[in-house]
Amino acid sequence: MIIVVCIKQVPDTNNVRINPETKTLIREGVESIINPFDCYALEEGVRLKERMGGKVIVLTMGPPQAESALREAISLGADEAVLLSDRAFAGSDTLATSYALAQAIRKLGHVDLIICGKQAIDGDTAQVGPGIAVHLGFPQITYVRKIEAIENGIIRAERLNEEGYDVLEVALPAMLTVVKEINQPRIASLKGKMAAKKAVIPTWKAADVGADPALVGLEGSPTLVVEIFTPPPRKGGKTITGEPADIAGEAIRDMRAMGIV
Amino acid sequence: MNYLLTEEQLMIKETAREIAQKRIKPIAIEYDEKNEFPWEIQKIIADAGLFGVYLSEQYGGMIDPAKTNGITNLVVAVEELSKACGGISLSLAATALGTLPIVLFGSDEQKQKYLPDLASGAKLAAFAVTEAGAGSDAGSIQTTARKDGDDYILNGTKQWITNGEVAETYAVVAMTDKTKGARGATAFIIEKGTPGFSFGKKEDKMGIRASSTYELVFDDCKVPASQLLGKVGQGFVVAMKTFDMSRPGVAAQALGIAAGALDDAVAYARQRVQFGKPIIANQGLRFLLADMAMKVEASRALVYAVARSIDAGDLKCQKESAIAKCFASDMAMEVTTDAVQVFGGYGYMKEYPMEKRMRDAKITQIYEGTNQIQRDVIGHALVKEAASNEK
Repeated sequence: MIIVVCIKQVPDTNNVRINPETKTLIREGVESIINPFDCYALEEGVRLKERMGGKVIVLTMGPPQAESALREAISLGADEAVLLSDRAFAGSDTLATSYALAQAIRKLGHVDLIICGKQAIDGDTAQVGPGIAVHLGFPQITYVRKIEAIENGIIRAERLNEEGYDVLEVALPAMLTVVKEINQPRIASLKGKMAAKKAVIPTWKAADVGADPALVGLEGSPTLVVEIFTPPPRKGGKTITGEPADIAGEAIRDMRAMGIV
Repeated sequence: MNYLLTEEQLMIKETAREIAQKRIKPIAIEYDEKNEFPWEIQKIIADAGLFGVYLSEQYGGMIDPAKTNGITNLVVAVEELSKACGGISLSLAATALGTLPIVLFGSDEQKQKYLPDLASGAKLAAFAVTEAGAGSDAGSIQTTARKDGDDYILNGTKQWITNGEVAETYAVVAMTDKTKGARGATAFIIEKGTPGFSFGKKEDKMGIRASSTYELVFDDCKVPASQLLGKVGQGFVVAMKTFDMSRPGVAAQALGIAAGALDDAVAYARQRVQFGKPIIANQGLRFLLADMAMKVEASRALVYAVARSIDAGDLKCQKESAIAKCFASDMAMEVTTDAVQVFGGYGYMKEYPMEKRMRDAKITQIYEGTNQIQRDVIGHALVKEAASNEK
């Protein structure tokens, strides 16, 4: 199994503040970490490799300092790492980012499985993983809480939903995004840390992955941030109790009053 | 201050710290209460590679055979793990205690056979000297090993053996010739599962309750002569040389228990508000914390200095090894008692982690040579040094 795990280096949002005027993150003095959801993706990739053989290649797009996140990923069991870094990528939104990552994965050659975290804790978009799958024409299963089986070129996984879970099967190569229920990430071993120290990590530029300049960076990013605000908390609903017929009656009356029905 | 730790040692410290804070701390009280060995944590410590930090690369450990910095590495790991639980950290320290006799006295075949699994943490080790009637007076061991052709037949009971039952590899000291006293003792490597070797009572202890303490029972237990560790009659030397090297590990356990207590005491004193201000704003309490910090730091300096001397091949650090063990363990008892005081009523309650530290600290004054025996060793060394200076 050749497994690609896509990670993102993010500010540790437990300690992050937002500049009230510019509405952007104050990044100074904030520690950078691997996006926590990506740690579950990495752990799942490493476990699959340990069980089935193959290798785990960890991939990130970011500024040169994102290399430290890749080294940490190697200490946690990844075999190889690639940094996708170029001024041309600056300002990429999720569409442009997923395109650039997909181009890098194409350059890697044969890949069986791509695993991503369900979303990054800084942007919370949950769009990059699915975007990669679409760019590559891979089937995808999002919000995976358990991989049940991989056999005969088919992967079967449980997708978490609000009521429970769905069991889905797709053909490999495929893309998964995972939720934290899937595993408990390991603690880096001394051997892993030694390997991370010694690892040679190539940096690929836009031209190296054959990225169309019009599809990356600000130019390739149709997203426009108009405003950033904290949504108001949901107000508590109304609970109706009593006999079923009375409850139904009251609910209908309320909804009529609100103009819903 | 990072005590001139090498890059490798800082890596060990960081790894042990992460395991201690993220995995051990949340479950330490639970295992203490259940009096159970934490196999889940054991696996994490092994997977991280910490069981190999004091062993040579050729056996799967971390040490470059050209250098010998094993004991300092062990001390770094044990201190960090002990900050979260002095009982759980003991599986590593006691495995080192059971492994060092093989490192020091084992044949090449024995090293090849046993050290790789001990370095990976796949197997644990234990050292069995103590008996009901032979504590500090190790010369009065009653367990016998009778020669029978090419084999030895062991009979007797060892008591209070740390890692008992959970360990696979036991270094056991038995009498091959009772008439010779201490010179009639011989060490053996005995594997779990050897016919005639079983486990007796599981001990219910005051502290270090996540550590497994058992009686070992030998009933016509037959082992081949190839299991001899060192020479016949060398058992007492095996024990003493092992203790000289292992004492910094116990000292590190005591140090870690105290350092963990200090960290929590400072954190609590900053957050606990009485009379409208955090209690740490009171000079009386700050002075108490300062005294605790001085004691911890002095012990750390001593323990690391002795560990480094051992690693540098200094064979004359028996006195300092005893001083480090004795000083650090007495210190741990004082500092954990003070830490309970800082926590006040909460310190006395089992719901909070402080009273456990006081119980865990107590054993470090008792085992691997009581602090009275340590003082005896130190006193003897002083007399000997003074006498040789007069010559």
